[in-house]
Amino acid sequence: MDIPYTVQVRPDTGLYNAKVGIWLFLASEMMLFGGLFSAYILLRVGTPPGEWPHGWLDVRFGAFNTMLLALSAITTLLAWVACKVGDFRKFKFFHACTLILALSFLCVKMYEYHDKWIHYEIELKDGRIADGHLVSRTSDEVVIEGRYVTDKKDLYDLRAQKNLPHDEIRIAPSDIVKMQNYGPWHNTFTAIYFTLTGLHALHILGGCCVIGYLWGPGSKMWKTDHERFTNRVEVSGLFWHFVDLVWIFLFPVLYLT
Amino acid sequence: MSESNHPVDLKSSIRTCIMVFAVVFIATASMIAVSFSHVGGWPLKVALILAIAVVNAFFVAGYLMHLLSEKKLVYTVLAFTVFFFIGLMGLTVWATNDFPTGTLNH
Repeated sequence: MDIPYTVQVRPDTGLYNAKVGIWLFLASEMMLFGGLFSAYILLRVGTPPGEWPHGWLDVRFGAFNTMLLALSAITTLLAWVACKVGDFRKFKFFHACTLILALSFLCVKMYEYHDKWIHYEIELKDGRIADGHLVSRTSDEVVIEGRYVTDKKDLYDLRAQKNLPHDEIRIAPSDIVKMQNYGPWHNTFTAIYFTLTGLHALHILGGCCVIGYLWGPGSKMWKTDHERFTNRVEVSGLFWHFVDLVWIFLFPVLYLT
Repeated sequence: MSESNHPVDLKSSIRTCIMVFAVVFIATASMIAVSFSHVGGWPLKVALILAIAVVNAFFVAGYLMHLLSEKKLVYTVLAFTVFFFIGLMGLTVWATNDFPTGTLNH
């Protein structure tokens, strides 16, 4: 049985069916991310003044990732245009570029996650807090590269503090009251940061699978049903642009405000 | 990526892409500049940054997703989505000062 309107336009909608489907899917995606953005707003305005973190994320990485995603959105569009004009080699080239850029985005994101994973806040028995990146951890001592603070509030606004010390600090395990890394469990900021960017990264990963399939085994359809293949590239491209759109808002919300 | 009847041309598409990339680059740089500037209070900065992000998103959606020349059905779907999205955000903002009595805040 043939699925109708995979290539030709359906008269009542003016679109082929997959395109209607992807737009409905993107509408539901918008509400999914909308729910999480509204959760972010609630968490943010519910935080007591001066306790929402600033400067915890490196703006350079966020901006670099913005450029990577923008470029990948462009190469996706050009891959579709190459399909439309019947240039298979250019399609392959542009889609390969999209894949490389998307994987680069994920690598940068993993690096940022790793940085948070090895970043520890250690509460000591004398009331001080040691904050920094873990160098080593044995049964005799914990070594971090960072600084001491006496008030936890000093850890929130890193932008306001210049030239933070990065000394090597050695701590005996017996002096530690609590030791926790900057994972999603650390506070509401890291929780919403990992949730939002993690869900977005999953979308990137899903997009990579689809684009990779269309670039590799799925491209056989180019010879058998060129029009339908071009429509598949278009639909995957629309999803990819949506992923780019989400990042356009995630970057300022998480890194800049 | 529209179903418009206009012929697709690689050269003109590349020109459009360069324009969109320039907008994204300038918008990103502007957001960072506003964020690190000492002008105005924090609410003004947030409003400015989000306004730039909206302009940025308009160019990506309008030109790369070809939303400027789409079919009526797509606009209808998006109109419903935007309506519910605004409702969701509106209710969220409305609820921000709505603390139940007897909690830590009130």
